[in-house]
Amino acid sequence: MISQIFILSSKGDHLIYKDFRGESGGDAVGVFYEKVTALTGDQPPVVMSHKGLHFVHVRQGGLYWVATTTADSSPFTIIEFLNRLSALVKDYCGSLSEKSVQMNFALIYELLDEAVDYGYIQTTSSDVLKNFIQTEAVSSRPFSLFDLSNVGLFGAETQQSKVAPSSAATRPIQSSREQGGKSEIFVDVIERMSVVIGSNGMLMKADVEGEIRVKCYLPNCSEMRIGLNEEFSIGKSQLRGYGAAVRVDEVSFHQMVRLDEFDSHRILRLCPSQGEQMVMQYQLSDDLPSAPPFRLFPTIERDSGGRLLMYLKLRCDLPPKSAAINVAATIPVPKGSLSLSQELSSPDQSAELKPQSRAVVWKIPRFTGGMQLSALFKLEVPGLSSASLLEVGPVGLSFELPKLTATGLQIRFLRLSPVQPGPSQRWVRFINITDLNIFTERSFS
Amino acid sequence: MPYLGGEETVRELRRALSNPNVQSDQLRYRNTILKVIRAMSQGVDMSGLFSEMVKACATVDVVQKKLVYVFLCSYAALNPELSLLVINTLRKDCQDPNPMVRSLALRNMTNLRLPSLVEYVEQPLAAGLRDRAACVRRVAVLGWAKLHNLQASSEIDAAVVNELYSLLRDPDPVVMVNCLRALEEILKDEGGVAINKPITHHLLNRLKECDIWGQCQVLRVLQRYRPQSEDELFDILSLLDASLVSPHPPIMAATLSLFLSLCSGQPAVSLAALERVRGPLLAACGSGSREMRFTALCHIQLLLRSIPGLMGAHYKRFFCGYAEPAYIKQRKMQVLVELVNDENVAMLLDELKGYCTDVNAETAQAAITAIGRIGRSYSDRCLEILTGLLGLKQDHITSAVVQTMRDLVWVCPQCSDTVCFALEGCEETLQDSQGRQALLWLLGVYGERVSSAPYTLEVFIDGVRSEASLGVKMELLTATMRLFLCRPAETQDMLGRLLHYCIEEETDMCVRDQALLYYRLLHCGIEETRKVLQGRRSDPSLGVLIGRPAEPVSQWARSFNTLEPLRQGSIETESVSRGSPEHTMFDPKPNADLSNTLDCSRIEKVHSDGDGRCSDSSADILASSVAAPLSLSLFPALSPEEFERLWLQQLALHAEQGNEMEKGYIVNNTSQRFSLSRSFPFIGQDLWLTRARRPAEKDEEAGKEDFVWMEECVRCPTIPRCSPQSLQAAMQLVNIQTLAFTPPQTLPWRVYLYTHTCLDDAPHSTLILGELLYTGEEPQKAEVHKGSADGGVGAEGIEDEQARQGMEATADGGQEAVKVTLRQQPRDDKALKGFLSILTTVLHTLSSERA
Repeated sequence: MISQIFILSSKGDHLIYKDFRGESGGDAVGVFYEKVTALTGDQPPVVMSHKGLHFVHVRQGGLYWVATTTADSSPFTIIEFLNRLSALVKDYCGSLSEKSVQMNFALIYELLDEAVDYGYIQTTSSDVLKNFIQTEAVSSRPFSLFDLSNVGLFGAETQQSKVAPSSAATRPIQSSREQGGKSEIFVDVIERMSVVIGSNGMLMKADVEGEIRVKCYLPNCSEMRIGLNEEFSIGKSQLRGYGAAVRVDEVSFHQMVRLDEFDSHRILRLCPSQGEQMVMQYQLSDDLPSAPPFRLFPTIERDSGGRLLMYLKLRCDLPPKSAAINVAATIPVPKGSLSLSQELSSPDQSAELKPQSRAVVWKIPRFTGGMQLSALFKLEVPGLSSASLLEVGPVGLSFELPKLTATGLQIRFLRLSPVQPGPSQRWVRFINITDLNIFTERSFS
Repeated sequence: MPYLGGEETVRELRRALSNPNVQSDQLRYRNTILKVIRAMSQGVDMSGLFSEMVKACATVDVVQKKLVYVFLCSYAALNPELSLLVINTLRKDCQDPNPMVRSLALRNMTNLRLPSLVEYVEQPLAAGLRDRAACVRRVAVLGWAKLHNLQASSEIDAAVVNELYSLLRDPDPVVMVNCLRALEEILKDEGGVAINKPITHHLLNRLKECDIWGQCQVLRVLQRYRPQSEDELFDILSLLDASLVSPHPPIMAATLSLFLSLCSGQPAVSLAALERVRGPLLAACGSGSREMRFTALCHIQLLLRSIPGLMGAHYKRFFCGYAEPAYIKQRKMQVLVELVNDENVAMLLDELKGYCTDVNAETAQAAITAIGRIGRSYSDRCLEILTGLLGLKQDHITSAVVQTMRDLVWVCPQCSDTVCFALEGCEETLQDSQGRQALLWLLGVYGERVSSAPYTLEVFIDGVRSEASLGVKMELLTATMRLFLCRPAETQDMLGRLLHYCIEEETDMCVRDQALLYYRLLHCGIEETRKVLQGRRSDPSLGVLIGRPAEPVSQWARSFNTLEPLRQGSIETESVSRGSPEHTMFDPKPNADLSNTLDCSRIEKVHSDGDGRCSDSSADILASSVAAPLSLSLFPALSPEEFERLWLQQLALHAEQGNEMEKGYIVNNTSQRFSLSRSFPFIGQDLWLTRARRPAEKDEEAGKEDFVWMEECVRCPTIPRCSPQSLQAAMQLVNIQTLAFTPPQTLPWRVYLYTHTCLDDAPHSTLILGELLYTGEEPQKAEVHKGSADGGVGAEGIEDEQARQGMEATADGGQEAVKVTLRQQPRDDKALKGFLSILTTVLHTLSSERA
């Protein structure tokens, strides 16, 4: 049971406030903001209480999404609902930010009114809600030169227009009616990988959490079929297909997915509702089908002048055709590091010392498979001792691998039925977000 | 938030709203209203515009209607008279052909929250219950709940309640769930909606139609249901199995809650449900939302209280990610500490070592504390890491390490050499008072082994004038006194200066009183001072406590899936996370299929053939105990703290002949055995403890005859060498709970245990507390030991006395006997004897297995 819901900006501005039961005083917002900003680092912020008032909040899009409730309500339910609410707002407003919430507050009140009555959650399905929501979303897309780049010389279509711009999926779902928005459907395969590699190059931990998301802008779509690779197998023992198996440990599906063709042909059948939904989630741990895409060879020593020398060699083990983008290596350095001098192998890379997070961040915008890059960092650390070397590492690497999944999951086809009348576009995107930790050699000598 | 120019805005908006040109242009009208709502949600008081907004309500534009309703519902309570004007529009809307408009009107009519309007609302609400459109019925059903809460005192209309019950069969699942919700509120005084067999089965059958929110609600309401037969119970459980492993965390949690409440009489089934839910919970721990991850972690901590080994194999899932917020990292570390076992300890420590240099100081300190906890079981590996960390020379790390070492040394005295060696040079990097207090305590206690101790203390004493922290000053006094006792020549001068300063110049009463106390103590002579100050440094005999045993699920089942587990600070979890390897390896299955109470007739049979091995004194007890059947039960469970309190009452009564000073020692030393924490090691605390407890003891003496206490010796020489797990498992088989052990092979070896007895012919059950003690010493040796005990005379004396009694009693039975001390409340000799016979049987069985 939810008593109030409010949305605050990170600075504490009231964006949305709705009181469902009229039980608690109106100052809850102020109390909440005072409490949440007064927290010290080790106090968990998710649930806070004040005089019989219990605040549960999540942070999404830089905003506080807060519900006040009674002590015996389920935290799982309330947190899931707040997350779902923010997803709904994102679906309806196009993007999630302070600005979009401010511009669409009437729409959000309308959403809240339909989704919750007297503190009880009624529905959060966008199929049901779209019948009730009347307000048009105001989208806050600023004019951008990039929009023009799709138009070639004399208006001819260029190659670029065949790739969906990254902003294509951040638009409100309902604008399609009047504004004649394109009827599009996006299928995203997102894998979150976290890998820890020991100082000897051994794989210590590897976890992949993957999901298939469908974002649908089709006004009416009765059925959609997604074909996965035939080799897709679940659990340790199952083996399918001829080639190397694509293996995951556990799979769970959205309840609307029908699985009658899944066992035989690995086809998911579903009727997507408008907006974004998670179709399938899967996990894989400890048993990566391929080697981790990067190897790091670090050398760390002190030079005679009391400086810390770090020589890092990074090799990309991807096939030469693919590339990793937005690679960022974070190297923790000893406390009190003053200045950094660097030698990087190409001009598009950059590195900087971030004193507040005590780390050197080395950024590589694009890293083609088979390449090897190296960097030399010299750090001025006053009072450098041999023990300071303990503070160096582990190195964290984060990167994106477009068009590549760690598990090898592929989408064979995407069919819509009935065939859409107008021009409709289907996009399949693969996103791999990785958090790679590589331990550097550490010794007490 | 106050908004500058609020009044100006109100005036401007009023002008715009009453402008006929604006009113005629729908778009402009709507935009003006939008501005009003925007200002309202920013916190500006817009109540002045109420009458203008009431006019704006009469429109065909649904968007505008909705906006105006948002406004009206916020301010209706301030303008009850004007709100009457809205009612007409609303009632007209309730007749609208469009179901959306009808539901909107009905919802807002009830949201106005005005008791004066109730009479106008009832009729449309009643019509709403029979509306064709489901969305109107949904609103109407909840509307009755709102209405009831508005006038809580009024009679409940039985007709409405009946209609709501019948709507539980509505084809729309949301209407059904809303009916449950409304009835829960309306019938709150009667304990909520009636959950009988037909309703339960109806709800269960329709569970699949509901969305996740509806399912959660239904599962929650069903917690009140009590199945009539075992078959029905298991039918329900198997029906709900799919929800238990649902990928949606809310459903999974609600189902588990329901399982735990349905199976409260069947611990084995509850434990099996916990195992089943492991997968989904672990998945929730890896959820994309960090708040969801945190919630799942907190609930995993609950589960671990009952099945410590539940997540042992999945420890890698609790490794922290680089970018995770500090509060998640700390929870993960708390879980990690509980999962340590022989196989993963190396990996775990390696991982924790990495966190010790975290940018966030709190995370780093939490990691160091976690290593210290693991150090109780794996001290060498952990000390190596801790010593290495001191080399970093960073104040927050050094402080945390020194505090951790202090706590570790208290439990594991064998670490003291390494710790003393590591202490040199720490004082330069220590900044905060907590760390300096820990260092001073260590220097005071182990002063003779740290060569630089006097110099370090001298630096502190020279700076005492500028010292701000009270704790540091108190600790400094005690440490200097202690060091003076073992190294007088080096310390005498500075002790004099310190005492002089504290007595003459110090403004704080506590510090001055303590200094005065020490000053007078020194007047009594050095031997007296030594007796007072050099108490126990630690309790090696109970060095490693095997953490608390697995708690029964019922301890925490109530708080599962509420906000409670998320709110508990680190203090609460601290006591829970007493990790130890034996604990995590302990397999809960052996006792999983036991019912709470176990009839002991089976055991009676067993011990009849073991009679010959019993000592004489227990043999006649056995003979007399066979008559009445006795059953033992673990419930209600007793926490270690409660046990300690009851046991101490007993000890204090027993030691009445001792003088009061001794009593103080007993109280304090015994409490240290259990609580393992020693925040004030100085003697003043001990005195206060005695003083504080004395009145309570007097009260207890009045009801003294209610206790009985009994000592027995049982010959079973191999018992102290058997593993704690097998002992615990064996005891649990007959429903005796063991609370604390000393590790095997140490002397004196002790076990504390308790149970409840329940005689068939006795009116009430009794509580039995017990101690098993094995000294393994020759009687004459014990005498010598008593003579040499100079510190903590009281406690040693009593123990030796007990030991001697034990020896005497078994003089004919040989030397290797385990002394059993039992305390019963209230007194019931028959039950006590029965219990003793069961206990001896268990011990004999165990020792024959070993032999």
